[in-house]
Amino acid sequence: MTLIEPILEPLADIGGPAQPLLDVKNLTKHFPVGGGFLAEKKTVRAVDDVSFSIAKGETVGIVGESGCGKSTTARLLMHLMPRNAGEILFDGETVGGTLTMRDFRRGMQMVFQDSYASLNPRLTIEDSIAFGPKVHGIADKEARVLARDLMGKVGLRPEVFANRYPHEVSGGQRQRVNIARALALKPRLVILDEAVSALDKSVEAQVLNLLTDLKREFGLTYLFISHDLNVVRYISDRVLVMYLGQVVELGPVDEVWDGPAHPYTRALLAAMPALDPDQRTQEPPITGDPPNPIDPPPGCRFHTRCAFFEPVCAEACPALAPVAGGAHFAACHMVIPGSGHSRAPKAGGNP
Amino acid sequence: MTAPLVDIRDLTIRFTGERTVYAVNGVSLSLGEGEVLGLLGESGSGKSVTMRALMRLLPKKRTVISGSVAVAGQDVLAMDDATLSAFRGRTVSMIFQEPALALDPVYTIGQQIAESVKRHEGASHATAMARALEMLELVRIPSARRRLDAYPHEMSGGMRQRAMIALALACKPKILLADEPTTALDATVQIQILLLLRELQREMGMSVIFVTHDIGVAIEICDKVAVMYAGQIVETGTLGEIVRTPRHPYPQGLLASTVHGARRGARLQTIPGTPPSLDLAPAACSFAPRCAHAQQRCTERLPPDVVLAPGRTVRCVLAEHPVPVS
Repeated sequence: MTLIEPILEPLADIGGPAQPLLDVKNLTKHFPVGGGFLAEKKTVRAVDDVSFSIAKGETVGIVGESGCGKSTTARLLMHLMPRNAGEILFDGETVGGTLTMRDFRRGMQMVFQDSYASLNPRLTIEDSIAFGPKVHGIADKEARVLARDLMGKVGLRPEVFANRYPHEVSGGQRQRVNIARALALKPRLVILDEAVSALDKSVEAQVLNLLTDLKREFGLTYLFISHDLNVVRYISDRVLVMYLGQVVELGPVDEVWDGPAHPYTRALLAAMPALDPDQRTQEPPITGDPPNPIDPPPGCRFHTRCAFFEPVCAEACPALAPVAGGAHFAACHMVIPGSGHSRAPKAGGNP
Repeated sequence: MTAPLVDIRDLTIRFTGERTVYAVNGVSLSLGEGEVLGLLGESGSGKSVTMRALMRLLPKKRTVISGSVAVAGQDVLAMDDATLSAFRGRTVSMIFQEPALALDPVYTIGQQIAESVKRHEGASHATAMARALEMLELVRIPSARRRLDAYPHEMSGGMRQRAMIALALACKPKILLADEPTTALDATVQIQILLLLRELQREMGMSVIFVTHDIGVAIEICDKVAVMYAGQIVETGTLGEIVRTPRHPYPQGLLASTVHGARRGARLQTIPGTPPSLDLAPAACSFAPRCAHAQQRCTERLPPDVVLAPGRTVRCVLAEHPVPVS
């Protein structure tokens, strides 16, 4: 087999290493619900004023429970649904401004949780991977060579798997196909939305190793969304903790794990099974289920489940404020100087 | 000592139809009173099928079962339909992964629990509803009286799982089968349900078989663990033995490949390959193709089920020799 020149060039780096690859400002998405005959119209505040950035070559993790808005955030970033407000800058450019949707989609790709539902059941694996490049103007023959090359990269022997259909391979193999398909357009940023959650543990480790290898080989940047804190800690450089549509804590993964500042983050970490038979959990860290995002509580959204609740928590919504180090932030009245919470540091003085 | 509460001997389950699946291949298990046994394995390892066989929930026409299943001295495989329906819910009860699917959407929670009490204990409606309320309080559903009249869709996931536990325990069964009951729940809710089950088990003194794919969950709740692979039990032991000194290469690999505590960016140890298809009855060690220690004899015949101590078995040729001093 002769290797052909890759015709699809990766998108060029524009702003240099100092400019974040992705800069998200005040992202907001509200879904209207109800509003039928005589029914009251309500709003799900799925994503509410979320801001963060991802540096080039970084892996950022998003953790949170179901309904916290992590998947909606991913879909908004991919421009799979319109947003109510906010700005998404991809290497300094916005879609519709200097960046076309076509180029944007090449630059950012996504892998979903359900490996079967996200593949076309009528296309063979080779066709699925070659589909994107063909849409972007690559000839059929070259696209197939590229597809087979990528199959090798994700550990699927092309001679065995190229002509199989999605239902003919295992879940772990299907997720490798999805990863290969995402890489076919030479993206710079890959969003992995619960990409390993449906896999068995022994297969999960294989796919995590694969993701690490691919990141190095292709110089990728990852946004890794998961409810599994162990996996997020393993793979991420920085982590975002979300609760009911808002970012409650943000920082380098080790700082957040070693010194979680938000009570929700502490509860989430304490809720992890101990993995030591002698240190079983004795008390649930928090009680109750996450509240319904249709009517999020006023003020701090966590105050209904928080052990440190004080009146100020129900009145004002805390903004992200720096915790100790430079890159660690939490949205809690207990870290905001002079917030009125008895545990808050004094305004103006040193904590 | 009296006979164990659950005694499964050489259970083999095969599904027939368009293609044959050898789902369970010679499983032997026993469970004493008040014990919590974890059945640990990946998808397709046969753990749920084994559970369903214990309650005879498998489709009759397409299932071929051999071996013996005795629960509290009764032969489950020989029961007729009337005996079975008295047995289910009264002696053995089961909770499932997805309570939204297991509960009946057109009856209230109170009605569903009361029905079970009326059916098994011949109680009046008023007595049965009183028991339902008592059960909802036992599983700590807030404002339980109001929740009696709630339909399953009106509750959150964690609340529904509590309601299903209340339903399963309404007639004080001797054995509770829990089939991945926390897998669909959020982390902060999962730990609450695990602690609730642990507490109820202790209070009511029942035996529990807890099916899970998550070692962390098993550690929180089990006393003993049986690890399944490709329809067979490959290792049994106490929780501490399985977690600290696994002898079979499969649980060894599973424990080594966990990302818990792994250094960021360091390569994870993996078990190569994927579980085998179950189209054929195993004639050799099912794990041999993925095993780093596989020898020629592993691929030639079935591995021996080595008994190391009472309740400690390993289905592997490596266990035939004493542990090498390391």
